[in-house]
Parts: sequence; structure tokens; C-alpha cells
Amino acid sequence: MKNTIKKLYLFIMYAFLYAPVIILIIFSFNGSKSRAHWDGFTFKWYGELFRDKQILTSLYYTIAVALLASIIATIMGTAAAVGIHNMGRLKKSMVMNLTYLPVLNPDIVTGISLMILFIFLNLKLGFLTLLLAHISFNIPYVILSVLPKLKQLNRNLHEAALDLGATPFFAFRRVILPEIMPGIITGFLLAFTLSLDDFIVSFFTTGSGVSTLSITIYSMARRGINPKINALSTIMFIAVLVLLLLINRRTSGTAASGSNARETAKLSNLL
Amino acid sequence: MKKGWISYPYIIWMLIFIVVPLLLVLYYSVTASTASGTAFTLENFEKFMQPIYVKVLVRSIALALISTFICLVLGYPVAMILAGRNLKKKSLLVLLFIIPMWMNFLLRTYAWMTILERNGLINTFLGTLGLPQLNILYTDSAVALGMVYNFLPFMVLPIFSVMSKIDMSLIEAAEDLGSNSITVFRKVTFPLSLPGVVSGITMVFMPAVTTFVISNLLGGSQYTLIGNLIEDQFMRVYDWNFGSAVSIIMMLLILASMGIMNRYDKDDAGGGLF
Repeated sequence: MKNTIKKLYLFIMYAFLYAPVIILIIFSFNGSKSRAHWDGFTFKWYGELFRDKQILTSLYYTIAVALLASIIATIMGTAAAVGIHNMGRLKKSMVMNLTYLPVLNPDIVTGISLMILFIFLNLKLGFLTLLLAHISFNIPYVILSVLPKLKQLNRNLHEAALDLGATPFFAFRRVILPEIMPGIITGFLLAFTLSLDDFIVSFFTTGSGVSTLSITIYSMARRGINPKINALSTIMFIAVLVLLLLINRRTSGTAASGSNARETAKLSNLL
Repeated sequence: MKKGWISYPYIIWMLIFIVVPLLLVLYYSVTASTASGTAFTLENFEKFMQPIYVKVLVRSIALALISTFICLVLGYPVAMILAGRNLKKKSLLVLLFIIPMWMNFLLRTYAWMTILERNGLINTFLGTLGLPQLNILYTDSAVALGMVYNFLPFMVLPIFSVMSKIDMSLIEAAEDLGSNSITVFRKVTFPLSLPGVVSGITMVFMPAVTTFVISNLLGGSQYTLIGNLIEDQFMRVYDWNFGSAVSIIMMLLILASMGIMNRYDKDDAGGGLF
């Protein structure tokens, strides 16, 4: 009895979470553009999706910004983490406060403050400003993923390598880097997904002609979203779903912890 | 290993792109542009004291509090069931809880418009049953619903992660000592889960009080929360001075509530066990 109630409650909550997702997927097969009436099953939106310039351009910008921003943030963030790890106590706590600032600040404040800066510097709002903004909010997450790995590191290993005649750079590349690699990869994936997902900061820091998928969707939402967007989201959603379920089957548990890591970052991002 | 210098590019970057912009916001909030140039003033903050803006602030806080409360009431049982002792396929269920978040949140919010609107799915359903129509879209309820929907996982996951770390032997000990399940919950499980509850509350309240997207889509164009007010000042009215002042007030609000929650967090972590 108690178990039935539990199962029923979980079922209702999952239904609540999945209802909008399922509706979006269903309407990607809708014959007409209406978001309320069903006019027969069709695949045409999936075909038209790949001929729609606006959507393809926003997809391109979304991926280009996310990829570039996360790569640059990973390199700078990893270097910064190594530097911070070797700092004195006082300096370290000062730099860490600086690192937590964008994590704790509401996204809308980060967005408008960067917009003010770019206009103040006379930079034309567009791809470059979007990229600069994304790098800025990504770096802290890379640092926060790499630092714990550096803390676990045995300091003697590096010294042993130096004693055995390695140059500092060689020792870093062959001894430290492999040890902190999991942290770097986590940081990169975090940065990439946060970038991919971002709307608020992008909304304030991009200019005309350059929009990411989120911005395109937002501008469409008032007039009614084109079913082509539903089709694209369905493809992306199913790709993620299959990937996650495959990983979950192969290494039960790690997938959940992987997505938890993303969640934690997203959560702290929203904090 | 003295390699502090390799973090300098980062520090310079953060000074330019994080610290300077915030200082600019602060600067705009305490100045006004007059005919003779810019002058120091507190009039932007005074403007916020006008009843219409105070009402916006009160409404934002009230809505965020209500949504946070609903998230807690709905989410706590979910976390408890998911963290339960003999749940099969636990990791899959947790994963299923997170997966909807992988779909663009604007789209998911938009889907609620489809469900709630006048000729939407709920009303069609009610109509076929011969029941009266509901007009939820573009009201407070729709905005609260959107917040609960978008932020519910932020309540469930912290509580779940704290609960799954609770030492089972404590619960077994309580049971061995003769407590029934309600007492076990009241005296053991609930106090131990409080740190998760505290971070859940913070994680839902913060984005809820700062949002402008959910209120814009589900609340209609006339609907104003503090986030909408800021967006308006920067994207439509172009009153950066007032917009900056509102942003500063919002940051103070967030800092204050985080301070309060942190205090509770420490109190509970210390006192929860005994």
C-alpha cells in the first residue's frame, strides 16, 4: 500500500516534469503551424529545418561560441588553478573571492554589467562580445573543477620528477597534467554545457545579426514558435537521452554523478 | 613550485570582465546625466522608493517565496522516495528526473503556454468533460507554476544528495529503540536532511527572485517582476542609471538572503544531530 502511494506520487511528479517535453515533441510532428490543434502527422518540419537559414545560423553561433569559449576558458582556467594552488594563503583567498563573484552574482547582473562594459569600451555588440562574456562566466567553473584535483596531488611526485632531471615543463606535462586531467575534462564539459544552455548573459551581450538558439527561441516565443524549432529540440533531446542511457547502462552510477556535476554547477550558477 | 604568475592572465581577465563591469554598474547607480554632464546623486535609489516600484519588489519576493514553498512541499517527498532504502533502479530514476533539464528551458516554458492558454490543452480537456474553463495564463498562478516547474529539480537534488548520505545505522538504531516511522522521520531523518533543505531553498529562491524570462512568457507583457524592471531599463527605456540602481538593490537582496540561509545552515549542521 505504502509502496503504491510512493510509486503513484513519483509517477505524477515525473508526468509534471515530462508533460511539456512530450508536448513539444508531439507538436514537432504536427501538420499545421498551430500550437494547439492537431492536423495530422508529418515529418516535413524535420526536412525544412535543414533549409532554414535563421535556425541553422543560430545553431552555428551557439556551437561556435560554446566550443571556443569552453576551450579558451579551460586553458586559462587550468593555468589559473595551478597558479592559485601555489599561492600564499592571503593571496589565494583574495583570488578565490574573485572567482566566486560571477558564480554567486545573478545572471542578469552579470549580463547587464558586461553590456555596460562593452558599450563603454565602444565594442560593437556581436560575436566577439558574446564570446568574451561566455569565457568570463565559464572560467570560474573550470577553476572550481581543477582545484580539487590539484589538492589531491602528491607534491612529492613533482619534486621526484625534478630530482630525476626533468625540466619543470616536462614534469608538469608528464606528471601533473595526467593527474589533474579528469578535473580539466569535467571543467571543459561543464563550461561547454553552460555556454550551450545560456540565455540571460547572451541576451544582453549580443548584437543584431548574431543570435544563439536560445535568443532565437525567445524572440519567436511571443509570435509563436515555429515547429522547426520543436523538431531541432527533439533531435537534440533524443541525442542526449540516448547518450545518457547508454553511458548509464555501461557504467551504472557514473552517468548520474556526471549529470549531477553539471547540475551542481548549474545550481551554483543560479545561486 | 613558485608558479603564481601563470594565473595572472586570469586575474587580469577577471578584473576587466567581472570587477570593472560591476564597478560601472555601481557608478551608474549613483550618478545622473544632466545637461552639464554627469553628477553624483542618490535620486535613482529614491526613485525606487516610489510605491509602484516597491510593489514590484514586494511582488517579486512574495512570488519567489510562494514558489520556493511549493517546491519544498512537492520536492521533499520526491527526494525522500528517491533516496529510499529499497528503491530499484535508483540511478536511472534520478537520471530521469534530470533529463528534462537538457531541453532548452525557454522551450519548456513555452510549452506551458500551449498547455495553459485559452484554447489550450487543459481547457480543451475541461471542455470535453463539460467543466468550466480556466484562465490561468498571464496571471500570478501561471508565473508561479513556471517557477515551480523550472526550479523543482534544484530543490529535489540537494535534498536527495544529503538524504542518500544519511547513515542508515542511525535510522536502524532509532527503530531498534522502539520509534515508529513517524518519530524516526521527525527526530532523525528530517533533522539530518536540513542542510539539503537549506541549500534547496537558496537554489530555488535565488533564480526565482531574479527571473525575467518566466514572467515575460507566462505573465504577459504587462507583468513586472524586479528582473523585468531591470531588463526594461536596459533594453527599452534606456535609463541605465535607474536600471543600475535596481540591479544594486537586487544584489543586496540576494546577498542578504544568502547570509540568512548560511546562518541557518551552520546552526542546523551543528545542532541537527543532538
